[in-house]
Amino acid sequence: MTKYKYKIKNLDCANCANSLELALQKIEGLENIAISFMTEKLNFECEENEKEKYLEKIKTIIQKEEPDVEIEEV
Amino acid sequence: MNSKQQRMILKITLSGIIMLLGMSLPFQDFFYNQILFIIAYMIIGYDIIIKSCKNILRGKVFDENFLMTIATIGAILIKEYNEAVAVMLFYQIGELFQSYAVRESRKSITNLMNIRPDYANVYRKNKWLKVNPNEVDLNETILVKPGEKIPLDGIIIKGSSKLNTMALTGESLPQSVSKNDTVLNGCINLEGILEIKVTTEFSESTVMKILELVETATNRKSKSENFISKFARLYTPIVVILAISLAIIPPLLFSDATFSSWLYRALSFLVVSCPCALVISIPLSFFGGLGAASKMGILIKGSNYLEALSKTEIVVCDKTGTLTEGEFKVQEIQEVNMKKDELLKNVAYAEYFSNHPIAFSLKKAYGKEIEEDKIKDFKELSGKGISAIVSNHNVLIGNEKLMQEFSIEIEKKKTTNTQIFVAIDHVFSGSIIIGDTIKQSVLDFTENLKHQGIKKTVILTGDEENISKKISSLLKFDEYHAKLLPQDKVAWIENLITQKSSNGKVLFLGDGVNDAPVLARSDIGCAMGGLGSDAAIESSDIVIMNDDPSKLIDAIKLSKKTMKIVKENIIFAISVKIIVLILSALGLASMWWAVFADVGVSVISIINALRILKGVKKK
Repeated sequence: MTKYKYKIKNLDCANCANSLELALQKIEGLENIAISFMTEKLNFECEENEKEKYLEKIKTIIQKEEPDVEIEEV
Repeated sequence: MNSKQQRMILKITLSGIIMLLGMSLPFQDFFYNQILFIIAYMIIGYDIIIKSCKNILRGKVFDENFLMTIATIGAILIKEYNEAVAVMLFYQIGELFQSYAVRESRKSITNLMNIRPDYANVYRKNKWLKVNPNEVDLNETILVKPGEKIPLDGIIIKGSSKLNTMALTGESLPQSVSKNDTVLNGCINLEGILEIKVTTEFSESTVMKILELVETATNRKSKSENFISKFARLYTPIVVILAISLAIIPPLLFSDATFSSWLYRALSFLVVSCPCALVISIPLSFFGGLGAASKMGILIKGSNYLEALSKTEIVVCDKTGTLTEGEFKVQEIQEVNMKKDELLKNVAYAEYFSNHPIAFSLKKAYGKEIEEDKIKDFKELSGKGISAIVSNHNVLIGNEKLMQEFSIEIEKKKTTNTQIFVAIDHVFSGSIIIGDTIKQSVLDFTENLKHQGIKKTVILTGDEENISKKISSLLKFDEYHAKLLPQDKVAWIENLITQKSSNGKVLFLGDGVNDAPVLARSDIGCAMGGLGSDAAIESSDIVIMNDDPSKLIDAIKLSKKTMKIVKENIIFAISVKIIVLILSALGLASMWWAVFADVGVSVISIINALRILKGVKKK
C-alpha cells in the first residue's frame, strides 16, 4: 500500500466536500480515502500498480458530483 | 481577496443599488419597479440558477443552489419581489464571507505552521550557492547565518550558536549548540555562523514530518464531525419534505387557508434547510485547534484525538525520563573537614579518566577546566569505585565496600538514591548523593491535572519500589506500580481501562523509549521528546515536541476549549434553525429571519470557531 496525496481545487463548500467524500468512499478497493476541506487535500491508499486505475475512477466521480473541482499532484 | 471574490462584491453592490431603487422609486405603474427587481435578481442570482439547472441534470436535487433557486423563484411567483432579491443577495453575501473566512483561517493556520525553510546555502565547487532545500543531498555542507532558518537536519561541523526552537517546540528559551551537536530544521539561528553537515534528506526532515502530520490530522475525523455530516444528510431532505407538505396540506385541509401565504412559509423553510453553518464551523474549529496545538509544540495526530483528550479521566505516566530527567545528577554534597568546592574539585579530578555515568555527573557538577597533569595513577576498582593521585594526595571514591576494604569509617545517610563516599589520604572527607532529578515543571503536575478534571493519576515504572514510592508521594500521584516489565505495563493499562467510565479515556504519557506497546494500548498515547525520535512519533497519538510533561495540561485545556466551541456552534446553529422553522411554520417569521438563520448563523459560528486560533493561556 502506498499513500497518495492530491491538492483539490475549487472545492468551496464544506457540505459539498462531505458529500463528495462519501461518494468517493464507495469506490471498492481504495483504502482510507479522505478529503480535508480545510487543507484542500485528497488522500488515499492503494497498491502502486493500481493507482492509475483508481485515479480514473476518482476523476469520473468528481466529474459527476462536482464538475468544477480539479485535482492535481502535490 | 481573489478576482472571484472581487467580481462577487461588484455583483452584490450593483444588485443592491438596483434593489434599493426598485424599493424607493415612486413609479406610477408598479410594473417598472418589478422590472428593476427582476434585473437585480438576475444580476445576483444568475450563476446560482445556472448551477442548480446543471445539478438537476446530474440528479442532485437537495443541493443548496437548487434550494435557493426554488425559494426565490417561488417568492417572485407570489409577488414578494424584494424578498426574492434580498434572499439571493444575503445568501451571496454569506457565501462570500464564508469563502473569505475559510481562506483567511487557512492562511493563518498555515502561518502558524510557517516552519518550512525556503532556501539553503550549500557549499559546491568552492562556492556557497543558494538553492532550494529539496535539492541538497546527504552529507553536503550548508551554511546558516544569524537570523536564518536552519534548512535541513544535520550535525554542526563548525561554529556555535543559540537556536530559537519556538516553531518546533513552542519553547521560548534559546538552546545553545556547538560542534558535533545535532540540529533540526525549522529552528532559527540566533547568533553565530554555523556550518552543518546534512544528515537527512529534506523530504524526511523534521519540518516535513511535522507538516505531513498536521496536514493529515484532519483526515481522522472526530465523532462530532461525523455526527454533523450525518445530521446534514438527513436534515436537508427532512426540511424540504416539511416545506412541501406545508405548502400543500394546510390549503387542502382548511378552506380559509390561502395557498400563497402557506407557500411563503414553505419557501422560508427552504431557505433554512441548508446545513452549511454546521458543516463548515465544526471542521474549522478542529482544524484551528490542531493548528493552535502545533504552535504550542504539541502535535495531535487527528481531530478524533483532540476530541478524546477532553474526555481524559486517567493519566498514566512513565517515571524515568518522563517525570525525571532520566540522567544522573549530583543532588547533595556532604563535606567533612574541608570546603564543598575543594571536595568536588578532588572528586572531579580523580574521576577524570572514568567513563562511568556517575563520573560524568560529577565532572558536570564541577564544571571547570581540569588540568590533566595533576592526575596520576588512575585505577578503576571494578564494582567498588576508583582511586587516583590528585596533586600528590591519594583520592578514593566508591561505595561502602571500597571504604571497608581500606578500613575507613564513614557516615551513612538514609537515601533512596546512590551515596558515594570520598576518602582523601585514607581519611573520610565526605559523601556525594547522586540520583535522577525530578523535572521542575512536574512539581504541580498532578494538581493541575486534577484542576482539568482528571480523576486518577498513576505511575507505571520499571524502576525500584523505594524510589518509585518516594517520587509518587512527592508528586502526589494516586497510585504507583514499580518493577514492571513492558508487558506488565500493558496489563496495568488494560486494568485501568476497565476502571474508567464508558466515555472516559485513559492517557499514557511516556518519553517514547521502550513505550511502544503501552502507547498503542492506551486510549490516547502521548509521547514526549518527539523531536528526532521516529519511534515515538510513529507509535503515539499525541507528540509533545520537547521534554516538558506540563504541555499535556495545555493540550487538555486546548481540547476542552475546542470542544466547548464545537458544542456552542452545534447547539446555537441547530436551535436557531429549529426556532426559525417553527416561527415560519406559524407564519410569525418573515423570509428575512430565514436568511438570518442560514447566513447569519454561518457567519457567527465561523467567527466563534476562529477564537480557537488564539490558543489557551499558560499558567
